Amino acid sequence: MKTLFDKIWDSHVVKKIADGPSVLFIDRHFIHEVTSPQAFDGLQHRGIEVFRPDLTTATADHNVPTQNQHLPIKDEMSRLQVAKLTENCQTHGIELFGLGHEYNGIVHVIGPELGITQPGMTIVCGDSHTSTHGAFGCVAFGIGTSEVEMVLASQCIMQPKPKTMRINVEGQVNSEVEAKDIILYIISKISASGGTGYFIEFAGSAIRSLSMEGRMTVCNMSIEMGARGGLIAPDQTTFNYLKGKKFAPQEADFEEAVKKWKNMVSDENAKFDKELFFDATDIESMITFGTNPGMGIKISESVPALKSIDNQSLPSFTKALNYMNFEAGKSLSGTPVNYVFLGSCTNGRIEDLRTFANYVKGKNKAENVTAWIVPGSKQVEKQAIEEGLNKILIEAGFELRQPGCSACLAMNEDKIPTGEYCVSTSNRNFEGRQGQGAKTLLASPLTAAKVAIAGKII
Amino acid sequence: MAREKFNNFIDSAVPLQIENVDTDQIIPARFLKATDRKGFGENLFRDWRYKENENPNPDFVLNNKKFSGKILVAGKNFGSGSSREHAAWAIFDYGFRVVVSSFFADIFKNNALNNGLLPVQITQKFENEIFETIYKNSKSQFEINLVEQKFTNLETGNFEYFQINAYKKECLLNGYDDIDYLINMKAEIEKFQVIY
Repeated sequence: MKTLFDKIWDSHVVKKIADGPSVLFIDRHFIHEVTSPQAFDGLQHRGIEVFRPDLTTATADHNVPTQNQHLPIKDEMSRLQVAKLTENCQTHGIELFGLGHEYNGIVHVIGPELGITQPGMTIVCGDSHTSTHGAFGCVAFGIGTSEVEMVLASQCIMQPKPKTMRINVEGQVNSEVEAKDIILYIISKISASGGTGYFIEFAGSAIRSLSMEGRMTVCNMSIEMGARGGLIAPDQTTFNYLKGKKFAPQEADFEEAVKKWKNMVSDENAKFDKELFFDATDIESMITFGTNPGMGIKISESVPALKSIDNQSLPSFTKALNYMNFEAGKSLSGTPVNYVFLGSCTNGRIEDLRTFANYVKGKNKAENVTAWIVPGSKQVEKQAIEEGLNKILIEAGFELRQPGCSACLAMNEDKIPTGEYCVSTSNRNFEGRQGQGAKTLLASPLTAAKVAIAGKII
Repeated sequence: MAREKFNNFIDSAVPLQIENVDTDQIIPARFLKATDRKGFGENLFRDWRYKENENPNPDFVLNNKKFSGKILVAGKNFGSGSSREHAAWAIFDYGFRVVVSSFFADIFKNNALNNGLLPVQITQKFENEIFETIYKNSKSQFEINLVEQKFTNLETGNFEYFQINAYKKECLLNGYDDIDYLINMKAEIEKFQVIY
C-alpha cells in the first residue's frame, strides 16, 4: 500500500546511502538565468560535460523586462546573466527558450503548457516554485545551485526522503472562491512552516473539481507552507490538458501513456505520515495582512487581535504589522491600494487573465491604481490577444505586458515603490520582495481585479 | 572538488531573535545577478542592515559591535521561501560557520550543508536559554562539536545533541562534496536510466 509520492520516489532511487540521502534520478530539469551560472562554472572547474543535455530545458524569466523585449536589456547585470545562460546552453547543447522565443516564459508556466511536464516524473529546478509541476502528479521540487550542478553532472541529486502528508479539501466552494483562496486558506490554517519536512498530496472533491490552472496554483504554493512539494493525482482533467501539447506523447503514444498515467494514484489504504481535512464551504476570498504567506485572513475578517498570538511569536507578529502599517484587530476593508500586480508562476496563466478581464470588462481602472498585467509566457500572451482579452483590458484602462517573473520578485524594473501597498496575485509577501519597502498583500486574480477597479480593498 | 573541512570550535554568537527569516531577507533578489559565488556576504541581510539612505541601521544586530562570532542564532523557521543558494553563500561569506535555530526550512538546510555551513537544530526551550545567555553577556562562549553532534552553552554547561545524517557529517568533516560522489557513480546511473 503506497502513496503516489512513494511510488514515484521509490521508482527513481538509483541508490539509497545508508544513514544518508537517496541518489534520485531526475526525469526533467529546468534551468533559468539566475540560479544556473555558478553551476555551469562548477562543471567547468571540474572539467566535465553535462551528462544528459536532452533532459534539461532552459528559459530566461527572472530578471527580464516586461516591455520592449526586442531591445537589449537595459540593466547590465541582467543582460550579462541572460547572455551567460545563452552561452552555457549553446556550449552544452541545452534547449533554450530565450527572450522573444515563441515558447519563452516563466519556467513553471512553460513546462506544463508545452507538455514537457508529465505525470509520474521527477522534476527539479533551481527555483522553489518547481512544486507547481506537482499538479500533474509529479514529484517536483525546488533545489539550490549546488544541486543544479549535481543534476547537470549526473542527472541525479542527493536527497533525503521527505515524510508524506495528505491535505483533503472536501465540498463545493462558493462561486467567488478561486484556487488561490483555497491555498491561502490552507496556509493560514497550518502556518508558513506547517508543511516543512513533508511532501503533500492534495485531494478531495474541491481539489478534483479544479482546472489544471487552478491545481497548478495550489501546488505552486506548497512551498509557502514549507513543504518540499505538493502533488495531485492525475485524472481526466490532466489528460485532457496534456492532449496535443507540443512535447507530450502524440496519438497512439498518448493513449499508451494515459493507460500508464491512470495508475498514478495513492493506493486506497496507503498510510500518510500526517493527514488534514478542510471543509471547502468555510473558504472565502482571502488576503494576507503580514509578511509571510501564513499571515492570511478572509477579506471579511479582521487582522488577528494581539491577545490571540502566543508570546513566542508576538515580536515577529508585531514586527510584521509595523512593516505593513496595519493594526491588530482591525479590518483591511477600505485600505487604499495604488498598485496591483497580476502575474507570476502562481497566477499568470490564461485562466487568471480571463478572470481578471471578465471582471474589469466595461468598467474603468481606478485613477490611483497602477496595474501590471503580466502574462506567464509568450503562449499565454498570444492566447490572451487571440481571445480579445487584450482589447478588454485596454478599454478598461489596463495594458498587457510581456512575459516574465516581473514584480513577483522585482529583479527587473517592475518594482513597487517604498511604502506602497500592492495587491498581488504572486506567492510571497516577504518584506521588500516586490521592491524595497513595498507592502505586498497576496490575493486571487478576482480580488486583484476588484481592487484595481475600486482603488481600495473591498 | 575539495571543500573547507568543518572543525569543532568554541566562539561567541550573534542573536537574531526573529521568526520566519526568509531568504529574501538574507539576500534580496536584486543582489542575485552575479554569475559567480563571491562577495555575497557584503549584502547579507542588506535591507535590515542598511537604511534607505545606505547608512547602517544601528538597531540591527550585525551593526552592534557588542555581538560577534561565527555562530548565528536565529528564531524558528529560518531560511524559508526562495531556494536561492545565495542565502547560504552570503551567510558563509560573511563569516558564519554555524546557524542555530529551533526549526529550519528544508531547502535552506540542504543548501547550507552543501556549502560547509552547519545548521544546528535545537529545542525552542534551549534556544530561549541561548538568547538569554547572549543578552546577559555578549561574549558568552558556545561549543560546537560536530563529531559528537553536540552544542553546548559554556556559560551554563547545558547542552543538546543535534541531528545530522552520517553521510553529510562525513562530507562536512572531510570536505567531501556530493558531486564528486555522483560523478563516481556514473556507471551505475547509466545502467539505471536504461532499466528503470
